[in-house]
Amino acid sequence: MTPPQRQRRYPKPPPAPRQPLKEGERRNPERMFVVGGDGGARADLDLVTLIVASADPPPSATPEQTALLRLCTAPLSVAELSAYLNLPFSVVTVVLTEMLADELVEAHKPLVRQSVADRSLLEAVMHGLQRL
Amino acid sequence: MDFKDSDTIPGPRTEDRLPQTAQAAVKIVIVGGFGVGKTTMVGSVSEIRPLTTEETMTQAGIGVDDNFGSDTKTATTVAMDFGRISITEKLVLYLFGTPGQERFWFLWNGLFEGALGAVVLIDTRRLEVSFDVIGRLEERGVPFVVAVNSFPDAPRYPIEELRQALDLPPEIPIVECDARRRASSRDTLMTLMRFLHSLAMTGALT
Repeated sequence: MTPPQRQRRYPKPPPAPRQPLKEGERRNPERMFVVGGDGGARADLDLVTLIVASADPPPSATPEQTALLRLCTAPLSVAELSAYLNLPFSVVTVVLTEMLADELVEAHKPLVRQSVADRSLLEAVMHGLQRL
Repeated sequence: MDFKDSDTIPGPRTEDRLPQTAQAAVKIVIVGGFGVGKTTMVGSVSEIRPLTTEETMTQAGIGVDDNFGSDTKTATTVAMDFGRISITEKLVLYLFGTPGQERFWFLWNGLFEGALGAVVLIDTRRLEVSFDVIGRLEERGVPFVVAVNSFPDAPRYPIEELRQALDLPPEIPIVECDARRRASSRDTLMTLMRFLHSLAMTGALT
């Protein structure tokens, strides 16, 4: 009978230096955050601000912008964009701020709790829940 | 799922797409300790498979900086599950399940303030984990109801005993629910909505 065999471990070799790309070759991007703009003010975006594409991706679009525009051909919340793109919320808001300025997307602000209560809004939500 | 090709970025399934008429959204936050059933509740009423959004919170200047001169900061990633219910062809409701013991949540701008209200989900085996979040909601004037997720082996207390233990005023609803059941979770959300409506009627909503 053969005893179980331990696998010997070796120190991990350092990662091989990257080969320069050949002409026309494309490297798969790693997860990356493109922080565009000038680091200035961000658009006022809520988790449930609905985003809808208002243009096709321009040739100058970054991969994030292209992916985002494909996702929001129908309205989608910033939270859903963050989930599908696997990007933190704040990163998505940075990308969207630039896209809003370039008029690539439109944003529909959420209805928030008001100091003057909107009873018709509450009633609409109640009717919707009752149908569940 | 494969991210290698940009053509395969995952998106909503066709049936998970909102209609073009969707114009505005509202949100409700479901808050409670770890394992209390927030995601279960979100999932039982959501029309989409619950999704996860995350945020990286950077903290500066916590404790003694024993790494003086270096560039290190403490970054914490907080993740939150959410679901969605289409109310009308124009209006969408989002439900966020948020761990209440994480004070980071209260740094997330507008998460609570912009919400219609909150459901505090509690487990009677660990009542004390909900104390802090209830206090924070009170401080911020976020209207909430309390739902007791009825676990089979959890101690059962009369509602009034719970109200006393949680030190809640008589007008705040406390209900029992089974977060696994759609009808029960829906009824809990209805309790919150009726409470918000009563606040609106009396003009107490500030």
